[in-house]
Amino acid sequence: MSRVKILSDLRLELARVALRHGVALEREPAFALGESEVDRFLGGGLNRAALHEVHASWADWSAAAGFGLALARRAAPTRPVLWARPDFLDEEAGRLNGVGLAEFGVDPALLSLVRGRDAQAVLRAGVEAARCKSLGAALIEIFGAPSVLNLTATLRLARAAEKSGVTLFLLRVGLEEEQTGPPPSAAVSRWRARACPSRALAANAPGFPRFEITLLRHRGGPAERSWRLEWLRDQGLFHQISKPDDAALPRALPSLPADGAIATLRRRAG
Amino acid sequence: MTPGLSLSDARARVPRLVVAPADSKADRDLLLNLAARCERYTPLTALDEPHGLVLDIAGCAHLFGGEETMLQRIIADFSTWGFTARAAVAPTPDCARALARFSAGGVFTDNAEAAVARLPLAALEADEDAYFALHRAGFKTLGDLSARPTRLFAARFGNDFPYRLERLFGRADRRITPLRPPPERMVERHFLEPFSAREVLDAVIGDLLREAAYLLEQRGEGGRRFELSFFRADGHVRCLYVETLRPTRDEIFVARLFREKLDSLADPLDPGFGFDALRLAVPHAEKCDALQESFEGASQSDNERELSELLDRLTTRFGRSRVLRFMRGDAYEPERESCTAPVSAPPSEWPRPMAGEPPARPLTLFDPPQPVEVVALAPDGPPARFRWRRKTHDVLRAEGPERIAPDWRTQGMQAAERDYYRVEDVEGRRFWLFRHGLYERGEGTPRWFIHGLFA
Repeated sequence: MSRVKILSDLRLELARVALRHGVALEREPAFALGESEVDRFLGGGLNRAALHEVHASWADWSAAAGFGLALARRAAPTRPVLWARPDFLDEEAGRLNGVGLAEFGVDPALLSLVRGRDAQAVLRAGVEAARCKSLGAALIEIFGAPSVLNLTATLRLARAAEKSGVTLFLLRVGLEEEQTGPPPSAAVSRWRARACPSRALAANAPGFPRFEITLLRHRGGPAERSWRLEWLRDQGLFHQISKPDDAALPRALPSLPADGAIATLRRRAG
Repeated sequence: MTPGLSLSDARARVPRLVVAPADSKADRDLLLNLAARCERYTPLTALDEPHGLVLDIAGCAHLFGGEETMLQRIIADFSTWGFTARAAVAPTPDCARALARFSAGGVFTDNAEAAVARLPLAALEADEDAYFALHRAGFKTLGDLSARPTRLFAARFGNDFPYRLERLFGRADRRITPLRPPPERMVERHFLEPFSAREVLDAVIGDLLREAAYLLEQRGEGGRRFELSFFRADGHVRCLYVETLRPTRDEIFVARLFREKLDSLADPLDPGFGFDALRLAVPHAEKCDALQESFEGASQSDNERELSELLDRLTTRFGRSRVLRFMRGDAYEPERESCTAPVSAPPSEWPRPMAGEPPARPLTLFDPPQPVEVVALAPDGPPARFRWRRKTHDVLRAEGPERIAPDWRTQGMQAAERDYYRVEDVEGRRFWLFRHGLYERGEGTPRWFIHGLFA
């Protein structure tokens, strides 16, 4: 048997083993968001071994977290994920809820949570995670614009991600971008996430999570485009919404009583 | 003055006597502290209450240049710490105790019986009746007693009297109960000159870990917990530990954990005038075979190892309460449906969400739920508008109520039910609200709370 034949046989065998373990897909250099125009715009998807940023206003924290978590799920469907968040956010946005994570489509058994006292501790945990090849992805939550999160810090994260292959998502909420402009960063892509009304289900119930996302920056490509995406948990992918649904207008309501006297309202209502 | 003297007698003898009430707890704490300091000589240290210590130095004396030198060193150390100590080395704990208390002390390894025979009757530490009875019978020393047949004493003073004599003479042994059970896997280093430089410390820790790794390998084990005791020259002892998720004898990894620990101490290690001994113990170890790596399985086990090492490092740096995994709770109440636990806990199984249904539980939960002001079109209907954190949200879609009854085991029978609603406001933000208490029961104005945020 020729040497070339042996080698090609071995390669084939390796590919089979990789497929059996379901790791083949996770070794691709880029991951797609799903059935959407976004992937074509990005030229096939987002880089795996890279740092990505998701920005949001404070009121849109849940949109940023949801979009970031869904991206992490896309980047690493079967591999462990680490989430680093500061104590402050536990109080302000609530504690992460295991059942809620499972309902969102992320296996809580694959998720480790690191709670940092402040942004510096969170970044430190993020750098440690970025160096660990066996992690699939890491989410790093930062509130506002702490001085420790400068260009050097993002460079360190980006370098570590390139080397280890861990996909890093820096979730930045409460950033006053209108006043100061976007902070310098070594991230490969930067997104802004906003809440987006869902498609109503029967009896006007809220539907699957939707996000309005804007690509603010993308290395090596055009940027500043917006899309509306729906997160299909059961399939584990994003689905693009072409036109906004019939957004029902809010009904006319009596204004909220200042003293909380709802009793009178109740009498009036029935 | 002697112990047991009455206060008036003492005052009569020393007119300017300073009197303080006895504080037996403080005395005991001091004794415990001294016992911890003595762990530098031997790990088998026990209290000999009310005011003595007993050290089992079998197999340790040669480390200090023999019993005599060791005894001198211990007495000298105690005098530097500000205590006058009297000590004796003897074959059994009771024999040593009697010799330390009723003779000048010293080493009695070969001639213990003869030395005990010369001790006065008081060394028996028997009760007063027995003491006077023996004294009146003409016994002066313990040697006089041992010359008589023991059954005479047994008949007069009870069956354990002869046994006590045996122990005093070192013919019967008694086990001491050390303060800390001795770790089976232990290595230590003693230094003539105390040192404090961090580089030296790191090098010594590396040496100790290498030695421990060898010990563990001999036993076919890997450590889960590593304890490092720093003995300072002035007697102070500090103990630090690191834990690992998997049994390991990788000395480089554990050394890194200790560096991490030393760097992140809220109360940094104070070398004072330097450390003169370091001890590494591995109190918790598990069977750990030499790594077996197959071609196919190599990457899998490598991945697991790498992840557990990352979690160990983070746990060492941030503490067990900050590196967590999600666990299923044992109740249906939203607050207790899931919880977090240190990563060393076993992973939980999570149910798959119902296909085709949007998430039924929010991504985050407020603890405790935060009160909101709500306008509802019907008193038992979904909210139409609510105010939270000084912002008004107009509700576009709502689903509910999902009635969740409180757990009577924890909340009692009288606790109110909650009606939960999934709501979405006009801007597309999704919330989890509940009404506390039921309208139809006429419990007054129902209160509303926000319990969580959906993505």
